[in-house]
Amino acid sequence: MIIFLACFEFANGLTGKNFNLSAEKQTLDNPFQIFPLGDSAATIDLGNAISKSLNAKARSMQQWMEDHPLDAVRDMITGYSSLSVLYDPVEVKKKYAPKGTAFEFIRERLIEAWNQSGDHPPRKNPDTIRIPVCYDEEFAPDLELVAREKGISKEEVIQLHSERVYYIYMIGFLPGFSYMAEIDDRLVISRKANPVTVAAGSVGIAGRQTGIYPLLCPGGWQIIGRTPLKLFDAHSMEPVKLKAGDEVRFYPIGKNEFRDYRQV
Amino acid sequence: MAISVVKAGLLDTIQDMGRNHAGNLGVNPGGAMDPYAARVANMLVGNCGTEAILEMHFPGPQILFEQNALIAVTGADFTPMLDDQPIPLWQPIVMRKNTVLHFPKLKKGARCYLSIHGGFYVEPWLNSYSTNLKAGAGGLEGRQLRKGDSLTARESFIYFAGLLKQDRNVRILPWRADPEKTYRLPNEIFVVEGNEWKQLKASSQREFFENNFTVHPLSDRMGYHLKGADVELLQKFDLISSAVSFGTVQLLRSGQLVILMADHQTTGGYPRLAHVVSAHLPKLAQLRASDALQFSVTDIQSAESMLADQEKELQILRRSCIDRLNELVCTVST
Repeated sequence: MIIFLACFEFANGLTGKNFNLSAEKQTLDNPFQIFPLGDSAATIDLGNAISKSLNAKARSMQQWMEDHPLDAVRDMITGYSSLSVLYDPVEVKKKYAPKGTAFEFIRERLIEAWNQSGDHPPRKNPDTIRIPVCYDEEFAPDLELVAREKGISKEEVIQLHSERVYYIYMIGFLPGFSYMAEIDDRLVISRKANPVTVAAGSVGIAGRQTGIYPLLCPGGWQIIGRTPLKLFDAHSMEPVKLKAGDEVRFYPIGKNEFRDYRQV
Repeated sequence: MAISVVKAGLLDTIQDMGRNHAGNLGVNPGGAMDPYAARVANMLVGNCGTEAILEMHFPGPQILFEQNALIAVTGADFTPMLDDQPIPLWQPIVMRKNTVLHFPKLKKGARCYLSIHGGFYVEPWLNSYSTNLKAGAGGLEGRQLRKGDSLTARESFIYFAGLLKQDRNVRILPWRADPEKTYRLPNEIFVVEGNEWKQLKASSQREFFENNFTVHPLSDRMGYHLKGADVELLQKFDLISSAVSFGTVQLLRSGQLVILMADHQTTGGYPRLAHVVSAHLPKLAQLRASDALQFSVTDIQSAESMLADQEKELQILRRSCIDRLNELVCTVST
């Protein structure tokens, strides 16, 4: 049974009236917060903001942590502007921190990573990735709604969506689901009140973000198109095609081209 | 060696202790809901802790073993039987081929685990045997078991026929695990405070600990929805998405609480009020719909201590099982 309620591709910045989610200035004396996510994980939070520099720093820190590995670490996950480390606290204590808690050891490690890592990861992301999208009515159930609500034409929605380059901040929620931002101000729209079933390859917008659903699943973002590309392939050597830090540009294709893509 | 599914259960999946190092692909660890029961199942039959096990819900499956085998059943009590013989939980069992394991009645708990000496073998996906239902990968073809499925277990070096009395199909080996401590006070769940705990109204903080929540029927491997008090923030705010973990207690827009479970998504943006301590995840995993649940607070140091104590006991159990199994096998072959 699919639970709709717990399955949420969170949309940030959508009720922008109540608070400011645009780039918050980090203060020198409070550049980050580190807190536990229970007893087996910790997060370093660089700021509650959609910011390319904070995102680059978080990914740079992850690279540093990977270059200075700890046996007891199970995983590391970067968010918009955070890095979380999942670890085995019993192993951490045994191997690295006989005194004090495992969390304190990990916290010190994260502080070291913050100090030692550069502003962005050393590996350069590839050139902008072009993603074909068919904005035809058949694949874009919410395009008309978006146009109506924003008081613009469908063609304008398509143009505003496809003319800019988006930065991928993180992959989360589902295998291969990419969170990209920031869309044009004129397109900013709330997510749906209740999720509906969304086809694989669906391109959605919500809040200031856009993204692609890699799998058939319940989704709450407004669907304005579909890509024929397979962004998640469990059996591939590289199951997820997009990564945080990549830049993406959508280009419109017609239904015929969409169908031809499928045959390749 | 083959094991066939004569009848599928409600939700039977191959799991292990989870899939690590895949979070940045949006692939979460998954794995056994009750990590304690899963590990003990492997230990009882002398397996490595990383071997695959079968996680079952009630109604359970009917499974035919086509060769002699050493198995163990742990976790929930679904009254396991081998043909017409009831078998104990938490104890290793040698069984004769062509015997059917089945589970006629639910007595207690929510997830039951089956291990087999040698381990179930499936193709690993991203270095783990766990089934990722969303991705449709891992475990057996990324899905739950169906009638007619055939599972493979690795060849075992043990000469089982020598362990079975001629006229018997089942031999219960004389050592067992004692899970009493792990599941004591099954409805009392310890948490540590989450980062957004201080954003709750004081009255909500009190209610969080004083209230008896119940597990909503729509709860599953992804998350437990809790019925009970509505919890309120001091003021509304939005959080950008970041990682969450198994046991994270989130506050949804509706004021309802959800506890993220083994199949939780990797990231979220809801306030993180609290996190269930790892030592209590086994208890939590065994709660069923309509069961009551009450939270108690503790600190990180105590949470880590509880887990360390549990781990110490598990290591003692593991060594003891290996010793006793070796002893038994050596006795038979000499």
